[in-house]
Amino acid sequence: METYSFLREFADSWMLLFLFLFFLGIVFWVFRPGATKEYKDTASIPFRHDDKPATDEEART
Amino acid sequence: MVNYFKLIALGVVTLFAMMAANYARDLAYMIHAFIIMGVSFGLFVWSLRSFGTKVTAHDQTEYMDDVIRAGVIATSFWGVVGFLVGVVIAFQLAFPVLNFEWAQGYANFGRLRPLHTSAVIFAFGGNALIATSFYIVQRTSAARLWGGNLAWFVFWGYQLFIVLAATGYLLGGTQSKEYAEPEWYVDLWLTIVWVAYLAVFLGTIIKRKEPHIYVANWFFLSFIVTVAMLHVVNNLTIPVSIWGSKSVIVWAGVQDGMVQWWYGHNAVGFFLTAGFLGMMYYFIPKQAERPVFSYKLSIIHFWALIFLYIWAGPHHLHYTALPDWASTLGMVFSIILWMPSWGGMINGLMTLSGAWDKLRTDPVIRMMVISLGFYGMSTFEGPMMSIRAVNSLSHYTDWTIGHVHSGALGWNGMITFGALYFLVPVLWKRERLYSLSLVSWHFWLATIGIILYAASMWVTGIMEGLMWREVDANGFLVNSFADTVAAKFPMYVVRGLGGVMFLLGAIIMCYNLWMTVRKAPAKEASLTVAVPAE
Repeated sequence: METYSFLREFADSWMLLFLFLFFLGIVFWVFRPGATKEYKDTASIPFRHDDKPATDEEART
Repeated sequence: MVNYFKLIALGVVTLFAMMAANYARDLAYMIHAFIIMGVSFGLFVWSLRSFGTKVTAHDQTEYMDDVIRAGVIATSFWGVVGFLVGVVIAFQLAFPVLNFEWAQGYANFGRLRPLHTSAVIFAFGGNALIATSFYIVQRTSAARLWGGNLAWFVFWGYQLFIVLAATGYLLGGTQSKEYAEPEWYVDLWLTIVWVAYLAVFLGTIIKRKEPHIYVANWFFLSFIVTVAMLHVVNNLTIPVSIWGSKSVIVWAGVQDGMVQWWYGHNAVGFFLTAGFLGMMYYFIPKQAERPVFSYKLSIIHFWALIFLYIWAGPHHLHYTALPDWASTLGMVFSIILWMPSWGGMINGLMTLSGAWDKLRTDPVIRMMVISLGFYGMSTFEGPMMSIRAVNSLSHYTDWTIGHVHSGALGWNGMITFGALYFLVPVLWKRERLYSLSLVSWHFWLATIGIILYAASMWVTGIMEGLMWREVDANGFLVNSFADTVAAKFPMYVVRGLGGVMFLLGAIIMCYNLWMTVRKAPAKEASLTVAVPAE
C-alpha cells in the first residue's frame, strides 16, 4: 500500500479511536475519587510563592 | 573557554554579514545583512570589553524579574507601534490619497499591512506571552528561571526577529504567507530563539518545587510546542541563493494552501488562544484573589481545546481546490470547538462568583472580564462563520476583519492590558497603580473603540457580501467591485475612529504605567516579609 493510503486509513481508524479514548480517559480521570481535594490544593498554587522561590525544605512533593 | 568560542562565533557572523551585504541580491537582504553585522559587531566589542570580568551568579533564592520588566516595556512599546500602524492603514483604506506618492513601494497599504499584523500579533502579543509566561512559570513552580542568561537571549533574540521581520516587510522581503511573511533566514533565527524559549520554560517546570504543574503552564507549554511545530512545517523553504531573501516552499499547490491555513488557524488557536488562556488562568484568579472556579473544568478545557483546534484550519479554504471532505472536517471541528471555548470562558467568569462587587471597584478586573466577554463573542462568531453557507457570504469581506479584531483587540488586547496593570506595580515594587481613573479611561476608550470597529465591519462586510452576489432578473451581476468600495466609505471612517480610540487608550496606559514606576509610593519593606496566608 502506498504511504498516503496507509496513513489516511490509519488516521481514520485506529488513531481516531486512540485519540477519542484518550480524551474520554482524561474526562474520567479528572472525576476520579479524591480529585476534588487534590485540585483544591493545585488551584491555590498561584497564591503561595509570590515573592521568592521555595527553598528545598519548603518544597512539597 | 566558552568566551573564546563566543568571540570567534560573533567575529565569524560579523564577517559573514559583511560578505552578505556585499553580495546581496536584493535590498531587504542587504539591509538585514547590515543590521546583523551591526548587532554581532556590537556584541563582539561588548564581549571583548567585559572579557574576564566575573560573571554575576544567578541567585537561586530570587525570581528572575529583570527580563520580565524588559518584556513589559517591550510589550507596551510594540503595542503602541502596532496600533499606530493599524490606524494609519485604516485611514489609507478610507482615504487612498494617504498612500503617498513619495513613499510608494515602502509605506503603501500593501507593505504596511503585514507590518501591522505582525507588530500586534508577534511583537505585542509575543512579548506579552514571553514576559507573562516567564512570570507565571516562576511563581507557580516556586523556582527561578532555568538557564541563567538564556532568558535574556530569548528576549533580545525575539526583538531582533521583530526588527528583521518589520524592516523586511517594508523593503519587500516577504514569502507572502499570511502571518508567516518573514523570509527563510529570519525563520531560521526565530527557530533558534524559540528552541531556547522552550528550554527555559521546560527547564523551569522540571526544577519546580510544587508537585503539580499549574494549568496555566500547560497552556503555555502547548503554545510553545505547537507554534514550534507549525512554524517549522509552514516554513520548509529552499533559498534560491544564500545571498538573497527569495526562497521557494517545498509544498505545491493546494497542499501549500492547506499547510498555510493549518499554520494560520493554529497560530490563532495556540498563539492567540492557548497562550493567552495561560495568562487568563493566572491573572484572573490573582486579581480576583480567589482560585479558579473549577480546576476540573480547566483540565478538560485544556485537552478539548488542543485536541480540536488543530483540525479547524481547512475552514479558511471553503470553495477552493481543497477537497470537500477536508473543508467539511475543518467546519465540523470548528463548530465543536465552540464548547471548550465557552467552557473556558465560563470558568474564567465564574472565578468571580462571590466577588462580583470587584467589577464596580476594580477597573483592572473589569478589563480582564470584558476580555473574556470578547473571547466568548468571537469564539461564537468564528464557528458560525466557518459554516460553509455562512462563509459563502462572509469570506473575503470585511466581516472577517471585524471578527479578527473583536478577538485580537477585545480578547488578546484587553487581557494583556489587565496583565500589564497587574504586573507593573508588582515588578517595580510599587504599592499600587498611579491612577485608577486613568485605567477606567483606558477601559472605556478601548471598549467603545472595539465596538465601533466590530459594528462598522459587520455592516460593511455583510453589505459587500450581498452586493457581490446580487444579480438582476437576467442573471447578470448588478454591482461592480468599485461600487462596493464606494459604498463602504462611511464605515471605513468609523472603523478608523474606533482604532484611534483604542490607540489613545493604549497611550494612556503607557503614561499610567510610566507614572506608576516614577511616582506611585514604593511598597513598604515591612510588607514584603512573608505573612502566613492562612
